[in-house]
Amino acid sequence: MTRVVVVGASAAGLAAVDALRREGYDGTLTLVGAEPHPPYDRPPLSKQLLAGAWEPDRLVLRTPAELSALGLDLRLGTAATGLDPAARVVALSDGDRLPYDALVIATGVRPRRLPGEGPQHVLRTLEDALALRERLRPGRHLAVVGAGFLGAEAAAVARGLGVEVTLLEPEPVPLARTVGAPVGAMLAALHREHGVTLRTGVAVRAVCRGGVRLADGAFVAADEVLTAIGSVPNTDWLAGSGLPVGDGLECDMYGAAAPGVYGAGDVARVRHPVSGAASRVEHRTHAAESGLAVARNLLRPDAPRPFAPVPYVWSDQYDVRLQAYGYLRGHEHLDVVEGALATRRFLVAYRSGGRLTGVLAAGLPPRVVRRWRQAVAGRVPWREAVPAAGAVP
Amino acid sequence: MRVEIDEPKCVASGQCVVASPEVFDQRDEDGVVIVLDAAPAPALHDAVREAAAVCPAAAIRLVLE
Ligand SMILES: Cc1cc2nc3c(=O)[nH]c(=O)nc-3n(C[C@H](O)[C@H](O)[C@H](O)COP(=O)(O)OP(=O)(O)OC[C@H]3O[C@@H](n4cnc5c(N)ncnc54)[C@H](O)[C@@H]3O)c2cc1C
Ligand code: SF4
Repeated sequence: MTRVVVVGASAAGLAAVDALRREGYDGTLTLVGAEPHPPYDRPPLSKQLLAGAWEPDRLVLRTPAELSALGLDLRLGTAATGLDPAARVVALSDGDRLPYDALVIATGVRPRRLPGEGPQHVLRTLEDALALRERLRPGRHLAVVGAGFLGAEAAAVARGLGVEVTLLEPEPVPLARTVGAPVGAMLAALHREHGVTLRTGVAVRAVCRGGVRLADGAFVAADEVLTAIGSVPNTDWLAGSGLPVGDGLECDMYGAAAPGVYGAGDVARVRHPVSGAASRVEHRTHAAESGLAVARNLLRPDAPRPFAPVPYVWSDQYDVRLQAYGYLRGHEHLDVVEGALATRRFLVAYRSGGRLTGVLAAGLPPRVVRRWRQAVAGRVPWREAVPAAGAVP
Repeated sequence: MRVEIDEPKCVASGQCVVASPEVFDQRDEDGVVIVLDAAPAPALHDAVREAAAVCPAAAIRLVLE
């Protein structure tokens, strides 16, 4: 193997090239990135960068010296536009064609947008974050559409900057499907305490000049609109390639989508070796871990190792840092097993298929959380993990 | 190898402690990383590299000497 191409120069792509070099791969290593910037970190975009606490230079993932030490054929500001997996060639926006022996697809996701003529912000790239930050002035009014983690973080930062915030959420309780209704209700209360006008059960139909139009015809006036309603995997460039593309690039439990083709990060839908469920995980840690895992499997196609991470995600909202381990979405039951939601120091355990499959914690010492995290990794039967099961949160 | 931390970047994920418990720990009060051994022995280098690679905040920097 002498030619490896990695498409997508962000967390997952960088983790892959890093791991390839660390594992001793010394052939040609091409990293293709549509953005003009060297790899940078996204989570601070809705946190420190939006708040003005950090400038873009703090987000850089590798110094120029570290990047050059990787010995990359680095193609920034260049998009992959097509793939021929039979011939093993990637076509680029500048007309170049890259033959490969192995390919890593790490093209991430892009934000979904609302219909309508009005201007709307999204929050995915450095440019997005700087454009929004520029408009967050005290006394101005921001409407945030979607109270998921991203919308909620942006709302919290905007409040900190003295911006009037209306947070619009179609579900009756924010994040209920992921973290459960009791935790969602606690988060709703947190935002209201900080002066956010949270309106639940309202669907937005379109972004207009000067605000948003709701499904029931009502109008919510706002100086700026941030759309945070989820994302779409960047797989358009794979159209016609014959690769299995649905909600993301379909990969097996080794991260492989076709012979010599692997997926990593937000774009990849990977099958879990134990539960058998396929899922696409949009978490920063998953991006790095999957990039690393596919790099190893790519170098050892005869002895691949299944990729079975325990997903980890955090979210900062005001002074509360939420940390989730494992799978929460689709849980059949939850219990508050440490602390209490009202004090914002708690650990909630989630049950699926009779097992402990996830926990969500805030404000607890790391050693307490670590114990639970190990139990999640071991998919411990619920009755063993939560002896007092049945307690009502 | 020298282990350096950009502390304000640390998000207290604990990934580094899982990857390399000999070298990393977390503060009790806020979970921020503590380096137990800033110049780890060669036998630990692979695990420390793994920790740096999976740190979700890119807060761990390894300086090769
Ligand atoms: C504002 C924000 C806050 C977040 N906060 C958190 C958080 O608190 N905790 C957490 O765990 N996660 C968080 N995340 C998620 C985390 O940042 C992502 O999971 C991570 O960035 C995924 O990395 P990736 O490399 O898979 O994809 P991306 O980071 O999306 O990178 C994909 C790259 O591929 C490029 N690309 C796309 N198409 C092509 C093409 N055809 N050719 C070449 N290049 C292409 C894109 O331009 C992009 O640079 C946040 C994300 C955002 C946007
Ligand atoms: S892995 Fe990184 S963010 Fe997590 S505790 Fe360690 S240094 Fe901090």
